[in-house]
Amino acid sequence: MTLSTDATATAPDVVTSFEDNDKKPCGHGRMLRKEDPRFVRGKGRYVDDVQLPGMLHLAILRAPMAHARIVSVDTSLADAHPKVKLVVTGAMLADQGLAWMPTLSNDVQAVLATDKVRFQGQEVAFVVAEDRYAARDALELIDVDYEPLDPVVDVRTALAADAPVIRDDLEGKRDNHCFDWETGDAEATDAVFARADVVVSEDIVYPRVHPAPMETCGSVADFDPVDGRLTLWSTTQAPHAHRTLYAMVAGLPEHKIRVISPDIGGGFGNKVPIYPGYVCSVVGSLLTGKPVKWMEDRTENLVSTGFARDYVMRGEIAATSEGKILAIRTHVLADHGAFNGTAAPVKYPAGFFGVFTGSYDIEAAHCKMTAVHTNKAPGGVAYACSFRITEAVYLVERLVDCLAYELSADPVELRTRNFIQPDQFPYTTKTGWVYDSGDYEPTMQLAQRLADYDELRAEQAEKRARGELMGIGVAFFTEAVGAGPRKDMDILGLGMADGCELRVHPTGKAVVRLSVQSQGQGHETTFAQIVAQELGIPPQDIDVVHGDTDQTPFGLGTYGSRSTPVSGAAAALVARKVRDKARLIASGMLEVSVTDVEWAKGSFHVTGDPTAAVTIQDIAMRAHGAGDLPEGIEGGLEAQICYNPENLTYPHGAYICVVDIDPGTAQVKVRRFVAVDDCGTRINPMIIEGQVHGGLTDGVGMALMEMISFDEEGNCLSGSLMDYLIPTALEVPDWETGFTVTPSPHHPIGAKGVGESATVGSPPAVVNAVVDALKPYGVRHADMPLTPSRVWEAMRGSATPPI
Amino acid sequence: MQVTMTVNGEEISREIEGRLLLVHFLRDHLALTGTHWGCDTSNCGTCVVQMDGEPVKSCTVLAAMAGGHDITTVEGLEQGGELDAVQRGFMECHGLQCGFCTPGMLMTSRALLDGNPAPSEPQIREALSGQICRCTGYATIVRSVQWAAAEESGSRTTASQGESAGAPEPPAPDAPASEPAAASAGGAS
Amino acid sequence: MQVPAPFEYQRVSSVGEAVGLLDSLGDTARLVAGGHSLIPMMKLRLANFEYLIDINELHGELGYVVTEPGRMRIGAMTRHRELLESAELAAAFPVFGDAESVIADPAVRNRGTLGGSLCQADPSEDLSAVCTTLDASCVIRGREGERVVSMEDFHRGPYETAVGDAEMLTEVRFPIRPNGSSAFEKVERRAGDWAVVSAGAAVWLDGDGAVADARVGLAAVGPNTAGIPGIGEELRGKAPTEELFARAGDLAAEACDPVTDRRGSAEYKRHLAKELTVRALRRSVARIGASGAGTPGAVQGTGGEGA
Repeated sequence: MTLSTDATATAPDVVTSFEDNDKKPCGHGRMLRKEDPRFVRGKGRYVDDVQLPGMLHLAILRAPMAHARIVSVDTSLADAHPKVKLVVTGAMLADQGLAWMPTLSNDVQAVLATDKVRFQGQEVAFVVAEDRYAARDALELIDVDYEPLDPVVDVRTALAADAPVIRDDLEGKRDNHCFDWETGDAEATDAVFARADVVVSEDIVYPRVHPAPMETCGSVADFDPVDGRLTLWSTTQAPHAHRTLYAMVAGLPEHKIRVISPDIGGGFGNKVPIYPGYVCSVVGSLLTGKPVKWMEDRTENLVSTGFARDYVMRGEIAATSEGKILAIRTHVLADHGAFNGTAAPVKYPAGFFGVFTGSYDIEAAHCKMTAVHTNKAPGGVAYACSFRITEAVYLVERLVDCLAYELSADPVELRTRNFIQPDQFPYTTKTGWVYDSGDYEPTMQLAQRLADYDELRAEQAEKRARGELMGIGVAFFTEAVGAGPRKDMDILGLGMADGCELRVHPTGKAVVRLSVQSQGQGHETTFAQIVAQELGIPPQDIDVVHGDTDQTPFGLGTYGSRSTPVSGAAAALVARKVRDKARLIASGMLEVSVTDVEWAKGSFHVTGDPTAAVTIQDIAMRAHGAGDLPEGIEGGLEAQICYNPENLTYPHGAYICVVDIDPGTAQVKVRRFVAVDDCGTRINPMIIEGQVHGGLTDGVGMALMEMISFDEEGNCLSGSLMDYLIPTALEVPDWETGFTVTPSPHHPIGAKGVGESATVGSPPAVVNAVVDALKPYGVRHADMPLTPSRVWEAMRGSATPPI
Repeated sequence: MQVTMTVNGEEISREIEGRLLLVHFLRDHLALTGTHWGCDTSNCGTCVVQMDGEPVKSCTVLAAMAGGHDITTVEGLEQGGELDAVQRGFMECHGLQCGFCTPGMLMTSRALLDGNPAPSEPQIREALSGQICRCTGYATIVRSVQWAAAEESGSRTTASQGESAGAPEPPAPDAPASEPAAASAGGAS
Repeated sequence: MQVPAPFEYQRVSSVGEAVGLLDSLGDTARLVAGGHSLIPMMKLRLANFEYLIDINELHGELGYVVTEPGRMRIGAMTRHRELLESAELAAAFPVFGDAESVIADPAVRNRGTLGGSLCQADPSEDLSAVCTTLDASCVIRGREGERVVSMEDFHRGPYETAVGDAEMLTEVRFPIRPNGSSAFEKVERRAGDWAVVSAGAAVWLDGDGAVADARVGLAAVGPNTAGIPGIGEELRGKAPTEELFARAGDLAAEACDPVTDRRGSAEYKRHLAKELTVRALRRSVARIGASGAGTPGAVQGTGGEGA
């Protein structure tokens, strides 16, 4: 069995022999994507590609400063622009009761500011004009008089007694406190710490970063005043949830709203929240009676939409002197920006940060978190973070390396010694999470083997003797993905279950309708394969419909790696329902009892006689055709389901990163990266590999260059891709991947989510590698982003936190 | 003002504003929406088209500046109903996910292969270094370009080990899919 | 996407026409060549002009690399890619190839020009450091004719040059001196980013293998790219040793005036000024060796023996 697509392990002069892609699996297996023929022709249809007759264009005027009172807004010059159709201010929206909207975390956020602006880039007014150039021009004609207020920029001073109060819109609010949250057992944890041989503490910052999908956010709203119907094309990862919220906020009946999420140019969590711009386009269309398009520019995307992370963490780990990890505790200061716009299940204000105990069997754990408001953009859960598991894994994997540093232990050995053992699954963590399945050691061993770990350590020793800086970083993660069981998880009261509908047409072709939505993950392929595996209908014959609330059943959308764990399960189960019905029809066709027919992929046959068989296509025709069906069976061959997952799925992985650092310039080069992932049953290995590659690149980006930063006035310093750096092809190596398979026991096909695994697992691997390289300088920790300057400062012992 | 240029082999003439960016001319005036845009500062490269055969960022070229020039967009790659080798390469090697950066990547890859039929991996990475992909991590894009190069040189199907030194590394096939129960034990074999 | 404010677009087909138009339109007009600095600034509305004069048709007239006895002339419209691909230039001044391979990205290099880079006068711009290193002079044409200014005089401050409202940069000239070579070093946070610090160096040796002259140009460590005359004075007449390079590096660190920003701390940049100066000098000297060090006939600017 081939375990890896390890490219560098083979001889460099081996010639290209690309894979045979003509296998066309009827089910799981490597299969080319069904969506690609349109994309490579430039025939994808993204929101900005939507052109409607008479369509107008909307542009948003944004706050130039972080905190200021709005004294006056004069729109008269903009109104007079010959191409301008409409100018709307916060005051005008307030008259309609639309100036504020709920966030996904039961807070409110201004659609357009009325009283104050609370972060640089906040929406203040909008213009609707005949074309996008005129709309942009008219923004310059709006005159806003601001009275500047002191901003709260440094999260560490947000709760100071004299800090300006940002949320004075909230009744009785006298500070910048957002929420407190706690998990684990403080007393038990303290007791374990008190008797531990070794305690290591480290201040660890996960800076604010941004998903920055290549397509920015936008929408086209088309309101038909005659039948009161609103059609909204928008860059959303959750069309159904958005529709329900629009219905609740705007007072439009839900059945009159159609949200279409067409092709989406990457999401990564950035397109989960509802942004003021979407609402503005709806208002613009309501008021003008014309279709209105809003597409934000890159600056707007970076300064105002959902950021990620921004956790300031004090981490502590307790262990025996032999390296048995006993307990972990942490205090987190979380920067939620001006509004609490986190998109996470309501009962989980810190997302799934509670999995910070990692992959280790420990005695106690505790986390205390304080979240605060600052004069920065709202958000927090984005950038493939798996609901804050990125922060949790980074914390624990850095702490374990700090412990290894103090104990002079090998980071692989230390981890392996503390792994949860296979016979402990399902494993309940000290913070209450039930890991469904796992077998960690083989995964770690495979990563070691692919990396040739021992050889790397030998090379490192030689290089260190010569004064060269080489680092080997190890990270092991367990994720909790596939939100989630509706008893525990909802967003604004909407349970996180997923519907699925499957219809087999008379000729045996099928259509499957999903409640989740692809932003590049390849749903049209993967879901066709899931159904194909269950029914034996070739994927080419299965149309996958998604991203349109009129065409699909209700569900909460694609984020948090939930499509395969939740909707994928729904697709498998709905196919099994169809198969169950097909069995009844087959028994009639074969004139035997139901107990005497057997399923072989694609057909039923009489037990003991494979030649007496009917294919699923035969059955489909019979289901729709003339002639009797067995007693009590309706015609047609279709089914629907709403799948409520029993638990989350817990994929895991072992990552090893090799870096070289130029001692003179402190530049870091990622030389190699080995990633071994275990996401349970693998549906399309090609797509899984692609998901992993993308996440690894995110990790290199966050570890080495990405950060949304602010000056003392709260001005965002990362408002363009010139300043917010994303890795290019030159910063990343040729990824080396491998896998193990530990199926999920509760998922119908054993699959676990994988979309965010690499984004979660790779940042600590890269940082651990850099810190490992800097060991000769006595460096135990250095915060991201590890730019040359920050690495150089770490080498000199003068590193500062990136706050 | 009036601007006239050749787009995908066809002479086009339109009345435009002097400030109109080429990317908007293509998308909004000619409905060639395959060319995308992703930033304001010519950093992302999703807008790359070919101007007289050279990749340029169409968000930073005025439509007026393109007057008299020959523009090729992703819609111009397919010839006579046959996909270009780079288009097939991207499909074969999973060189795209969300598809948003893909047109720009394709246009640069095509120009690269036109000038250098057998680029090395570093040359491919360098050629694409002004274009950001947020999904793929680039390795599969590199393989896609290598696939196209091999296809066009006729070596893809006939190549055997060692015949063309310096040729790219093969992406070894992933493990065959198997039922969970069977695969679970074999993970580390 | 952001879009520029309205302006009138004019295209010219000769230098005379461009200068005439500039003369009549005054400071309401701006020349655009590659446009990769100017157009983004106009989109972000950090720069607005009533007229934009497209000089790309002057590529035929001003796109050239010409070697003459004692000097090389490069037309202002020569594009980055042409500079990168010019074998003549690579042989004469390797510093150009070093720098061009790390300036922006290939698509931008297909459009951007030498003249555009110098006229943008960005303190972090690499080609300005190259030209400073090579003691270039700039030919500026106006209605009254041409004038030639040194690089020191060309850049008057950040984003400010000696080119007047009714003038344009047409050519950059580089003196060719025997038995020398050059190199460029840059630290950037990511490919395509502006330099954290970059350094060009050029070294010429005498018949005994001692330094006849040396120049260093730094970018991103002050209001303009900085040439550091003290380095030449320190190195002249001495054998090119590591100790000597280190002294030059110290001089570079002392002479520069970096500020802390998101690319790095001032302290780090000062360190890089030293480190990169040392590396560029070392590579320059090694290249002289590689192309026949000490050979009386070896001439920087002609690609070697007797050309």
